[in-house]
Amino acid sequence: MDKIRESLLKKSIATKIERRGKIISLFCLALIVGIVFLIFYFVASRGLATFFQNHINLWQFLSGTQWNPGTNGTNGQPAVGALPMILGSFLITILSALIATPFAIGTAVFMTEISPRRGAKILRPVTELLVGIPSVVYGFIGLQVVVPFVRHTFGGSGYGILSGTFVLFVMILPTVTSMSADALNAVPRYYREASLALGATRWQTIYKVVLRAAIPGMLTAIVFGMARAFGEALAVQMVIGNATLLPQNLVSPASTLTSILTMGIGNTVMGSLQNNALWSLAMILLLMSLVFNLVIRYIGRKGKLNHER
Amino acid sequence: MKKSRVIQLLGLILIGVLIGLGYTHRVRTDAGESITAVGSTALQPLVEAAGEQYSSTRTGIFINVQGGGSGTGLSQIQSDAVAIGNSDIFAEEQPGIDARKLKDHQVAVVGIAPIVNQSVGVTNLTQQQLIQIFTGKVKNWREVGGKNIPVTLINRAQGSGTRKTFETYALKGQKSADSQEQDSSGLARSIVASTPGAISYVAFSYFDKSVQVVNVDGVQPTEANVRTNRWQIWSYEHLYTSNHPNQLTKKFINYILSTAVQKKLVKQLGYISVHDMQVQRSAAGKISSVK
Amino acid sequence: MNAKRVDKIATGILYGVAGLVVIILVALLGFILVEGVPHISWHFLTSPALAFEAGGGIGIQLFNSFYLLFLALLISLPISLGAGIYLNEYAPQNTLTGLIRTTIEILSSLPSVVVGLFGYLFFVVQFKLGFSILSGAFALTVFNLPILTRSIEEALANISDDQREAGYALGLSRWETVTKIVVPAALPSIITGVVLSAGRIFGEAAALIYTAGQSAPALDFSDWNPFDISSPLSPLRPAETLAVHIWKINSEGIMPDAKAVSAGASAVLIIAVLLFNFLARWLGKRLYKHLTAE
Repeated sequence: MDKIRESLLKKSIATKIERRGKIISLFCLALIVGIVFLIFYFVASRGLATFFQNHINLWQFLSGTQWNPGTNGTNGQPAVGALPMILGSFLITILSALIATPFAIGTAVFMTEISPRRGAKILRPVTELLVGIPSVVYGFIGLQVVVPFVRHTFGGSGYGILSGTFVLFVMILPTVTSMSADALNAVPRYYREASLALGATRWQTIYKVVLRAAIPGMLTAIVFGMARAFGEALAVQMVIGNATLLPQNLVSPASTLTSILTMGIGNTVMGSLQNNALWSLAMILLLMSLVFNLVIRYIGRKGKLNHER
Repeated sequence: MKKSRVIQLLGLILIGVLIGLGYTHRVRTDAGESITAVGSTALQPLVEAAGEQYSSTRTGIFINVQGGGSGTGLSQIQSDAVAIGNSDIFAEEQPGIDARKLKDHQVAVVGIAPIVNQSVGVTNLTQQQLIQIFTGKVKNWREVGGKNIPVTLINRAQGSGTRKTFETYALKGQKSADSQEQDSSGLARSIVASTPGAISYVAFSYFDKSVQVVNVDGVQPTEANVRTNRWQIWSYEHLYTSNHPNQLTKKFINYILSTAVQKKLVKQLGYISVHDMQVQRSAAGKISSVK
Repeated sequence: MNAKRVDKIATGILYGVAGLVVIILVALLGFILVEGVPHISWHFLTSPALAFEAGGGIGIQLFNSFYLLFLALLISLPISLGAGIYLNEYAPQNTLTGLIRTTIEILSSLPSVVVGLFGYLFFVVQFKLGFSILSGAFALTVFNLPILTRSIEEALANISDDQREAGYALGLSRWETVTKIVVPAALPSIITGVVLSAGRIFGEAAALIYTAGQSAPALDFSDWNPFDISSPLSPLRPAETLAVHIWKINSEGIMPDAKAVSAGASAVLIIAVLLFNFLARWLGKRLYKHLTAE
């Protein structure tokens, strides 16, 4: 009697496996989250040292325009003004997103609404292929094609925000296009059918119904593209000129956070002010990708609400 | 179901046995038979090539050479993470490094010279003119006898050894104006080659037909002129070790300093042999002649 | 009438935009291939690189790229599979789950430079792995985890709940349902996701410069014992990959044919990514047929 009772009350093998499986998969997830926190900890511990160990004023860091950590600036403090890089990064990101957006959305609409078959056969594979091209190659082509083109058409030396923008435009185009296409595809078919049944033309359907419904998804695509542009290093570094000057115009040499970071990190000694200042730049990058993500999530949540209404 | 279990088990055993066999049959290398050298990208090709030659004749010895920049090299050797730190500059010149804890081995000399775009029309500059150009006082090549083209400065990255050497010996310690920066010689050269009015500086080994090399005060940037210090823009390539390097490290550095390497490899790679120098320079920049 | 004309004009513009984008993208690909393909030969693909003479190849770099990719996938696939399963099958819909999703997305938009520097500090310096394939594989894992987790989660989410309910009805536990029914059904799209992410890893350079290193010492291809340092399989040797090689010869290369080597290597990279894409499609289709027919 007791034996039967025991075997009935005992956890079955399936339950044990279930428990084990759940723990394993939870562990995997925890590992990923742990890595994120580890990265934040490492970058912050170095990046904050600039302010706590070397006693640089945070405001000076963000608003100063002189970047030469080895020497003292006009005010007697070490010259660690990151404003030129911050401005350069923002300008280049926003401009490239501005140019890429109409192209990406146009192509995405073409792929999903006008010629789905050609879209799936030609456009999709090509865009997916481009995601895999290493950024070095983009930079290389930028150096050979974009920089001379900018120099001849717009003047200046050719190195600057404009060249960087063009290179980034091509780099983020595939990402934004394929994500926008996903957003358009996710719009339910009956939206289109209802609109067409009401006598709307195809363009009216696209413009008034499909695009509106897909706005949150497309915004996510754009913000995602911007995040990529913001963090891109090697390609931009080759064409932007890397001058830590406030950008005067779009064709004067400028710099971004990533370009100064990759150039300088090998030439500094760990623990020195020069090195810490570069880690502070990395920390700004990290915080910015955090902001981009919060924006994406905010848009996503708003989009969901709209749909439910 | 059961069959697949058995196969799985067999597979696992096989992998285990293979790993065990691999471990027991590995090429035995005693501790310290593998050394790592990290640092300057300018020195990397030489150490790499010498390391390959060295280990090709001695089985079981492995020389691992990495780039990363002079700063990385010096900070790694200071924290004792590697056996050799490669550097383009004296440890005394690098902020954050305690040079007393390190031992300097100068293995080669690198000459550095200004290069300009072919369109500029200048082949010689006085040192004064060079300083004026790099500090931003001269803005057009017309002012120094060239064509009417604006000057585009291409500097090297802040903290790079080449830039430090150039600022110390070509610009007499003056800081160059804020301008475009590139972190590598190859990029600096290709940008000078393709940008009208551009000027930069590279090591002698990067000279080619795409750019115009500039004489300073009428002195040509040649190996012979570096040996006698008539051409003053040059620097040592250093291998830094701790004060008490292990046997293999010592042997390897002696190998690089041997005539075989200095006469052949150093020349092939475009460096100047330390054996050929008729002068020597201290960390503070004092020149004295070698007997 | 007016609406129809607008429709025509808009359609025309869309054709134009899509056409322009195709032209840009195809021109880009064409440029790389036309510049590079003439330099590709069997010799180029198999011989080691030369530092200061012409005629060097990319053999070791090519091997390193594939080996590194293999190791990175070996580490990241199980982890992201587990995480994807938990997120899609177990995680309750609450703020904490939302927070975790955000964290993973942050990881995915992390600049690869930062990942590389983190890898350098953590794996190379802290764990004393040195500049090695293993450090590189870990850095790539960090880089790859979020992308892979998301694509696996999406693949699992696309499996209809009918299948799960069928599993429960048969008395299977949740874990058994997931591993025996849901994952196999989602396998085609999981594999597509893996191969596409492989393309991204293959071209990554910034994260590897400070982790897997920038030198490719000669390998002894007759020695396949992973514990020997000169063996191709050794995970503790430094390994310059193809993408890093392209970066290096463009920045510091002093070989006379640096341009040709870099163009050729770029073309090889593109072709490899192209092959990955075809493979992903083909495998996905085949597996789908195989699994649905039976």
